Amino acid sequence: MTRSSTVRRAPLLALYATFVFAFIYLPIVVLVVYSFNRDGVGGFPPRHFTLGWYTVLFADSSIWNSVLNSLIVAAASVALSLGLGLLAALALDRAGFPGKSLFRRLVLLPLILPGIITGLSLLMFAVFSGLHPSLATVFLGHATALISVATTELFAGLQKLDRAQEEASLDLGATPWQTFWRITLPNLKLSLIAAGLLIFTLSMDEIAVTFFLIGRDNTLPLEIWARLRRGITPEINAISTLIFVSSVALLVIWYHLRARSLGARSPEFLEQLGETS
Amino acid sequence: MSAFPANPPQELPAKSAALLELRNVAKRFAAVDVLKNISLNIASGEFLTLLGESGSGKTTVLRLIAGFEQPSSGEIWMSGERLDLLPPYKRRVNTVFQNYALFPHLSACDNVAYGLRVKNTPTSELAARVEEALRMVKMQGFAGSRPARLSGGQQQRIALARALVNRPRLLLLDEPLSALDANLRKQMQGELKSLQREIGVTFLFVTHDQEEAMALSDRIALLRDGALEQVASPREIYAHPATAYTAEFIGQTNLLRGEIRGGMVTCGALRWPSDEADGAVIFSLRPEAIRICADDKRQPSEVRFRAAVRQQFYGGSSELLEVDCGNGQTLRVRVPVGGPLAGEQDFVFSLCDPTRVAE
Amino acid sequence: MYSRAYKTLVSLPPLVWVGTFLLLPYALVFAHSLWAVREGVMVHDWNLDNYKALLTNPLYAVVLFRTMHIAASVTLCAILLGYPLAYYLAFHAGARKELLYQLVIVPLWVSYLVRGYAWKTILGSDGVLNGFLQYLHLTREPVGYFLYSPFAVVLMLTHIYTPFVFLPIYAALEHVPRPLLEASQDLGASSVQTFWRVILPLSMPGLLAGATFAFVLSLGDFLAPLLVGGPSGTMIANVVQSLFGAAFDWPLGAAISVGILVITISLLCLGEFLEKRWAFQ
Repeated sequence: MTRSSTVRRAPLLALYATFVFAFIYLPIVVLVVYSFNRDGVGGFPPRHFTLGWYTVLFADSSIWNSVLNSLIVAAASVALSLGLGLLAALALDRAGFPGKSLFRRLVLLPLILPGIITGLSLLMFAVFSGLHPSLATVFLGHATALISVATTELFAGLQKLDRAQEEASLDLGATPWQTFWRITLPNLKLSLIAAGLLIFTLSMDEIAVTFFLIGRDNTLPLEIWARLRRGITPEINAISTLIFVSSVALLVIWYHLRARSLGARSPEFLEQLGETS
Repeated sequence: MSAFPANPPQELPAKSAALLELRNVAKRFAAVDVLKNISLNIASGEFLTLLGESGSGKTTVLRLIAGFEQPSSGEIWMSGERLDLLPPYKRRVNTVFQNYALFPHLSACDNVAYGLRVKNTPTSELAARVEEALRMVKMQGFAGSRPARLSGGQQQRIALARALVNRPRLLLLDEPLSALDANLRKQMQGELKSLQREIGVTFLFVTHDQEEAMALSDRIALLRDGALEQVASPREIYAHPATAYTAEFIGQTNLLRGEIRGGMVTCGALRWPSDEADGAVIFSLRPEAIRICADDKRQPSEVRFRAAVRQQFYGGSSELLEVDCGNGQTLRVRVPVGGPLAGEQDFVFSLCDPTRVAE
Repeated sequence: MYSRAYKTLVSLPPLVWVGTFLLLPYALVFAHSLWAVREGVMVHDWNLDNYKALLTNPLYAVVLFRTMHIAASVTLCAILLGYPLAYYLAFHAGARKELLYQLVIVPLWVSYLVRGYAWKTILGSDGVLNGFLQYLHLTREPVGYFLYSPFAVVLMLTHIYTPFVFLPIYAALEHVPRPLLEASQDLGASSVQTFWRVILPLSMPGLLAGATFAFVLSLGDFLAPLLVGGPSGTMIANVVQSLFGAAFDWPLGAAISVGILVITISLLCLGEFLEKRWAFQ
């Protein structure tokens, strides 16, 4: 066995790591704590605990309208991005055509470019095509930006796929279409879910691109943004806390799905433990 | 601790001082005793092979000596000083890793120079020593190449040079030839052996291939389940295996199980006289010790039997027969090449051929 | 193995999408940058005035340099925070590695706006930080320059991008084969020497990827300045955004966007080139 024994301790580094973790989490903690503070978002220490701001939040219909709008756009974005992303991933993995590497770069561009570029370019496109800013243009913007996410994730999943499985399926008499449905897609299940959850989250949170494409109906981030202009109250802390909690919940769900799918004794798991004979 | 088997007797090659001593070394991982009370001496200048199956603990011994693990109990001494108290980078021991572990971002030359650079060796001396090391492994022309551009065999040589350039007192080789194909392996075996003879560095070689061990070593230490089964020279260990396990692991053999009663050994269809005490016995009989009987003359020092040839395996330089002595007793016989055999044959072996082995 | 029909079917929709919603819009941006606004109306008058204005008017250079300065600060701070964290997780965290990794990922899933807003409430004159300092009697009056300053923008963006920088560095460190570290020690190098000579060089591609990402996205960020930057913290993307808003000069805004695009793509290409040179496997 070639497992290495105890991990060496590094106290200074551990201290530094703790500091970095604190830096990452402290603002969120402050946010959550002050959502229960009667006297506002600042000052120290928070004195009066109240659930009042949450009550205000739940009665605030325009916030919930914007949540609904965001959900609609996010769901539609997931559907379109996964669909086109899957095709793009398949094309990158299996097809060769002139300009393929340019295509690959273009698909990945919205991931790495600042949102303002994507937002502005699509705004000009909308004007050019005579579209009015609305949830539809927002949807267009999200889908365009997020296809990259789907493509990346699904491409990685395709690479891990054992080509021999598809060959075996064809060898046994299945058509390419059947092979796709019975073999390829089920093997991509994990990647599809991962991509879907990620796209959903990113769409719900999207501001930069949405900023330029929004019409009369606000998405949640833009509704919050508008409120910030009017002055800040712990109600915004409250909705922020809810956003945080639901993000974490999504992440936990994702891990459950992945753990169940991979199984605790899968080869990958064992490999990670470094078990060689 | 007392539950662990005692160490087998080990004769050190005469006139050699012990370079490395493992004294009652044990290693425990989680709840598993990977090494149980190992005591072993390695002589200066010898080529010692740690032989064993996967999981026998041989790699663990290597890692303990290199310093990547600490013994759970026991001590390691080198040239009269405690070795196991030193961190790896202070030990005068170097390792050739199983997958070479060459640094991908450095050229072959820089890989070899690495150990000298970290000790701030002066540049002129460094250049000379690196060149000497590359020449030793016949890789002078590849100094500027990155490992990714080298073949498996070439990488192996660079790994060797990288270790040797530091002039270690002991070189550890962790199955260095297992990743090479058969012909390259044979070639590298020869080169390793002559290299070791030439520079005189003590080699501790780990392998699971017993043929390789026998071809290369001055002595073999056979490990089984974390304990030493036998430590002896290849000829000794082949001719006089101490246990049934050793007899079967090293070379091929027929294990004859039976009993002695009233001065006669009975193992299935085979019977011969013996002056040992009554009781259960196991004998190891090498396939090449059995011959096809040429004539009818009975010799008192021979044991004769008749058996039916069931299978015949052609091996180029010899043939291996599987013969049935009756009652399900099957023996393997190695005979010179001579065309297909069939039916019943007479076989004979000498009385002194079977070696008595422990369980 | 795959028929031409399959390949065509699979390639066509994404190609059409990319062409229509990526290539065409970028072309439109470029076209707009060559037009002008006369008397409050945009006219399709082909000219290079916008670019001339960019290159001659010092105002734009000032804002651009401030933006690059902020982006560089963010990248540097994110690396200083993210690299040691990744190193700790990869080599010293032992059994808790997986859990700690998840803890770093969690904030990435939390809204950008939420995190930015949190800093806004912390750094303000009436904010939590000032309240905390006054509570401890470290200061008597609120400190004004925490918020609405380039400092606040750097702080907020560092907070956002540290996990982004952490990810590729951690992946690269995890990929360093452990036998290499043992070999280095075997050859006589101490832990520090092993880090400088083996670990750091091999983690360079990951470091570059993270740094490029953080720099480029910080460069084009306009939300952080709006939230916490104030007038002194304006960045180049804000100029663009106002040109598309109240200041109504789409052509000029498009020209600046083209400039940002050019800078961004150059940096990405440079990053990719360096990554390829320094990748050894």
